Amino acid sequence: MNDVSERTRIKSERYESGVIPYKKMGYWDADYSVKETDVLVLFRITPQPGVDPIEAAAAVAGESSTATWTVVWTDLLTACDIYRAKAYFVEQVPNSTNEFFSFIAYECDLFEEASIANLTASIIGNVFGFKAVKALRLEDMRLPYGYLKTFLGPATGVIVERERLDIFGRPLLGATVKPKLGLSGKNYGRVVYEGLRGGLDFLKDDENINSQPFMRWRERYLYVIEGVNKAAAKTGTVKGSYLNVTAATMEEMYERAEFAREVGSVIIMIDLIIGYTAIQSISYWARKNDLILHLHRAGHSTYTRQKNHGVNFRVICKWMRMAGVDHIHAGTVVGKLEGDPNAVKGFYDTLLLPVLKENRNLGIFFDMDWASLRKCLPVASGGIHCGQMHQLVQLLGEDVVLQFGGGTIGHPDGIQAGATANRVALESMILARNEGRNYVEEGPEILKAASKDCRPLQVALDLWKAITFNYASTDTLDYEATPTKSAS
Amino acid sequence: MIRIQQGSFSLLADLTDDQIRKQIEYSIKKGFAVGIEWTDDPHPRNSYWEMWGLPLFNVPDAATILYEINEARKAHPNVYIKINAFNNTRGIESTGLSFIVQRPSFEPGFYLVRQEGRGRHIVYTLQSYAVQASAEGSRY
Repeated sequence: MNDVSERTRIKSERYESGVIPYKKMGYWDADYSVKETDVLVLFRITPQPGVDPIEAAAAVAGESSTATWTVVWTDLLTACDIYRAKAYFVEQVPNSTNEFFSFIAYECDLFEEASIANLTASIIGNVFGFKAVKALRLEDMRLPYGYLKTFLGPATGVIVERERLDIFGRPLLGATVKPKLGLSGKNYGRVVYEGLRGGLDFLKDDENINSQPFMRWRERYLYVIEGVNKAAAKTGTVKGSYLNVTAATMEEMYERAEFAREVGSVIIMIDLIIGYTAIQSISYWARKNDLILHLHRAGHSTYTRQKNHGVNFRVICKWMRMAGVDHIHAGTVVGKLEGDPNAVKGFYDTLLLPVLKENRNLGIFFDMDWASLRKCLPVASGGIHCGQMHQLVQLLGEDVVLQFGGGTIGHPDGIQAGATANRVALESMILARNEGRNYVEEGPEILKAASKDCRPLQVALDLWKAITFNYASTDTLDYEATPTKSAS
Repeated sequence: MIRIQQGSFSLLADLTDDQIRKQIEYSIKKGFAVGIEWTDDPHPRNSYWEMWGLPLFNVPDAATILYEINEARKAHPNVYIKINAFNNTRGIESTGLSFIVQRPSFEPGFYLVRQEGRGRHIVYTLQSYAVQASAEGSRY
């Protein structure tokens, strides 16, 4: 009697049960007019052989918003036309045959306010394992003004950090304690003291120094703070050392952060691998407690480096500025780690500018107003030394922390000498730049002249003069005006 | 005796007036307003040095600013004097360049007072020999 198969079925081509192409399900709309409030996303899609690029784009739009693999009638209980993401433009990537840039618009109400976790669960969720695409890369996002206003952004930001440290008109200087692992707390604090005493502004825990058997975290914090204060007295300046509070649980991270505050640190540090929710939590904590928050991007290369799959680092920069970190490692160009010059410039602009303008030569695909979120200070770390100072100032500008680890601690006359060499090289380069000299061309002479009054600089220049890392980058731009090569 | 490392050029030899003029010209070109400040209490967390008049907004020639620096030096020959160049661009609205243009002839520096707290916790207080020794106006 009650056999449901006998009931009247939905009379609509769109909602007949079965599988129809995504582009026919409403996930492709070439005439879509983008709203100011939409979240816009650019994916690089490599469709499976034989799959139409527009269908692939529609499928990505579908899978990252409302769709599942088959038609469901329950869509009709919702204002589903609004909630469907719409792929609206597809173009072939320059110099490629099988990669396509696909622009997709998402209704802002698809995302919870102030939650990176929720945003990323859609945008880089299931869709990245989707079989219809061979590879998929999230290249850029345009976050709308109203949505950005729900995020607090960096608690301190570049301007306030400078005011607290009393450092203006020059890059900040730092170094990472080496060896990264194995030092006792007392020896570790020695490295911190020597570096700061010689003229650095910051020292830094490395990403994997947490609380190991050779040095538990309390031991480290106490000795580091002794070094920081002693160096402050010897130099008459504010000094800091990034205390890494990364730990297995949020509870443990809060405990370490609170101890860092108690002992008088001006800054704490986290690793990217703690996850977006933990980053937002500790960012709120840092805001409440007046500490600067440094982020080490440990783990990012597992998904940012390959050109055809993963997430472009510029998107990570956007998410981290929204999540509210004050510092983030963003590349050196001339150092030992991956980083195409124009791409790195794009990351720095993303972190520092109040308004972004589309510029494909820098890998910036959308205009975007940052809605007054504070600026996030880029950190350049990894294989840089004082002999490159003119290039560093030219490529990375003034708002950056230049971090010389080996380039400080590896100095033959000790860590203080290494630190002094870096600071003198930097000050002489900024002085020359401000005087209007062609400091890039004259860089080596400027350094040589400065080294006449500074023996540590002379020794450093002699030691590292020939060191460059000339490898082409893996993650290159598609619109570069000039060929991609390491800059040095 | 130490050399206080505050400001952008403290690890270089004291700047000559000609070098100072070039930095002022740079600041003017960037649209910064140069302010002159002096103190005999150079604690790193002393945010408010005494202002030598107002920052020199809309002063297009470096000579006027150098003249004021020299007037400040004459009035306060043995204290710290620095210039702060203010950048009022939206989104910055802070100092764009800051460096010392005069130091006292002798810089005794700072020492740490260590107060033992609970456990191994030590509270550090940074104090100035000059400030401890004398009242304002007779420290250097």
